[in-house]
Amino acid sequence: MMYEGSSFMKGMILGGIFCLVVSFFETFNSGTHSEGHEHLHHHLKPVSKDELEKLSESQMSDWTLQVRVYCLIMVTPKLLVHWATANDTWSKHCDKSVFYTSESSKVLEAVDLQEQDEWARLRKAIRHAYENAGDLRWFFVARPTTFAIIENLKYLVLDKDPSQPFYIGHTEKSGELDYVEYDSGIVLSYETMRRLIEIFKDVDRCPERGNALWKTPEETQLATCLKYSGVFAENGEDAQGKGLFNKKSVSSLISDSMGQNPADVVEACCSDMAITFGGMSQSQIQVLMYGVYRLRPYGHDFHDSLTFLPPKDSDND
Amino acid sequence: MSLSVSKLNSNILIAENRRAAPEFSQKVRVLCWVMTQPKHLKSRTQHIRATWGKRCNIVLYMSSEVSDFPTVGLNVSEGRSQLYWKTIRAFQHIHTHHLDDADWFLKADDDTFVVLENLRYGLSKHNAEEPLYFGRRFTPFIAQGYMSGGAGYVLSKEALRRFVKGFADGLCTHNTETEDVGLGKCMETMKVQMGDSRDVLGRQTFHPYPPDYYLPRQTPRPRPWYLIYEHYQPVEGPGCCSDLAISFHYIDAVQMHTLEYYTYHLRPYGYKYRFKLTTLLSKTLIALALETQWFTRKALVNPNLGCHSFKEERTSVCLIVMCLRIDGKSSFPNI
Repeated sequence: MMYEGSSFMKGMILGGIFCLVVSFFETFNSGTHSEGHEHLHHHLKPVSKDELEKLSESQMSDWTLQVRVYCLIMVTPKLLVHWATANDTWSKHCDKSVFYTSESSKVLEAVDLQEQDEWARLRKAIRHAYENAGDLRWFFVARPTTFAIIENLKYLVLDKDPSQPFYIGHTEKSGELDYVEYDSGIVLSYETMRRLIEIFKDVDRCPERGNALWKTPEETQLATCLKYSGVFAENGEDAQGKGLFNKKSVSSLISDSMGQNPADVVEACCSDMAITFGGMSQSQIQVLMYGVYRLRPYGHDFHDSLTFLPPKDSDND
Repeated sequence: MSLSVSKLNSNILIAENRRAAPEFSQKVRVLCWVMTQPKHLKSRTQHIRATWGKRCNIVLYMSSEVSDFPTVGLNVSEGRSQLYWKTIRAFQHIHTHHLDDADWFLKADDDTFVVLENLRYGLSKHNAEEPLYFGRRFTPFIAQGYMSGGAGYVLSKEALRRFVKGFADGLCTHNTETEDVGLGKCMETMKVQMGDSRDVLGRQTFHPYPPDYYLPRQTPRPRPWYLIYEHYQPVEGPGCCSDLAISFHYIDAVQMHTLEYYTYHLRPYGYKYRFKLTTLLSKTLIALALETQWFTRKALVNPNLGCHSFKEERTSVCLIVMCLRIDGKSSFPNI
């Protein structure tokens, strides 16, 4: 009996080792496989200052006209306070901002998608935005709990051609799949939107109603559909490699930096050209709005190559 | 009380000036003293040293003990009851050792965040040889009112002389523990004039509480407790606070670096700020000034009247503005 037991054990061990070896090689293979498919600019940075200075006036004004943003803000009545705050603050800086809701609210205006499922809602919103884009070529999708500095978003995509597929934000990995984190905002070019509308028709690769057993978050569903369209996630960063899209609040990031870089808290923390922050309360957002668009030291002037004017009928920027 | 230069109907102000900041720091010298204590050096004061402290022409950290921080040791013990003694000793120390090192003398707490550039801009058109004192004006306890201690207040050189003389001559005494009220009383006794630190739109620059107390929109309501002492009619919501704010108080370590990030780092690329001087002026005035400036390459107006235009190329413009009515009180000139 011992003899039989030990060859069973040997068999088990051999089999186990074999499985480990095979899966080890597989990760290597799929690693190199995805390498080949990977976009050249997995880390996406803004155009350099030197390049900007070399541009002619007409090129600059072309780019300024091209870089106009349609904001899709995905709300629900539960998020009413943040919905109202987004409406009162950063969304005013989009060239067009549309609130898409799961159900209508008596208090605030929105496109009522009458849809409880988040992925289905996102799809409907994307379809609506694409159909109503007019001549806008960049799209920013966010929840109202995110705060965005649209001018810095424009700066990031300034020299990128929206008839190319772009899918930008803070990238994370889910297994093999690179996706853009929803909580820090998602940037899509017009071409990406067009491809999405196409792939939405593919019920197998990009189903509207997913598996009833487990729900995949919309951000990974989106990344999957985009992958099938040949569009890959890119991480938005500044010239120094600092991430521009954040799902944490400013104070949370500062607090982390105080622990990690006590000698150089602000320098090490966050980019001067940051685009998004998340997880902030209504009053923190009002302070951030003031901090971004108003509070400044007299005498520090910048000579930026672009000009963005304050929005009409607004008093907090 | 007669006023000299500060009572103007035409106000001479500066438009966009690239190089204002470094020039200003020599023209408008500010000595900052921070009221602190040994227990707070690590938890609070070091964050001031890491952020705005270095922007003062001179910064002194005043404590009960001398240390390598470095702190100045005042001959006073710690505790709320000693605050006015600390203030008196601090100003006496400064008067003895630093009177000629600065034009203006700012007191701040170790949880106050200060934007020095905006303070200098506000002070720039005033004469430090006049008895003036600026801050966030509170009404009660003293006839002319007093300036909130937490929000920070700033004394002109003459005001500092008078404060120290007041104690030397026995006209001012240690009659209270509340340092801001005590100092305010002495200022009144020594005929130091209270300035109006609000900007031209009536927005406050010194703040005794953090920004989240003032900025969020409110439905019209009776004054909340933290606005009860206000001398000027308080405004809640975005109109509370000047773009060129000077101070906020009750700022903890994280908030200190956060405000530093907001003020000096985070910005919207290419954004043209809504409240700029040039929006208040007529196009003809600007065109005229630019032409003259370009032609002469000199300041358009007498620098003594507060125009800080420097001999520079067309980046700096000095303009005459006839659009502001100054009501006879010393006021801040800015946007």
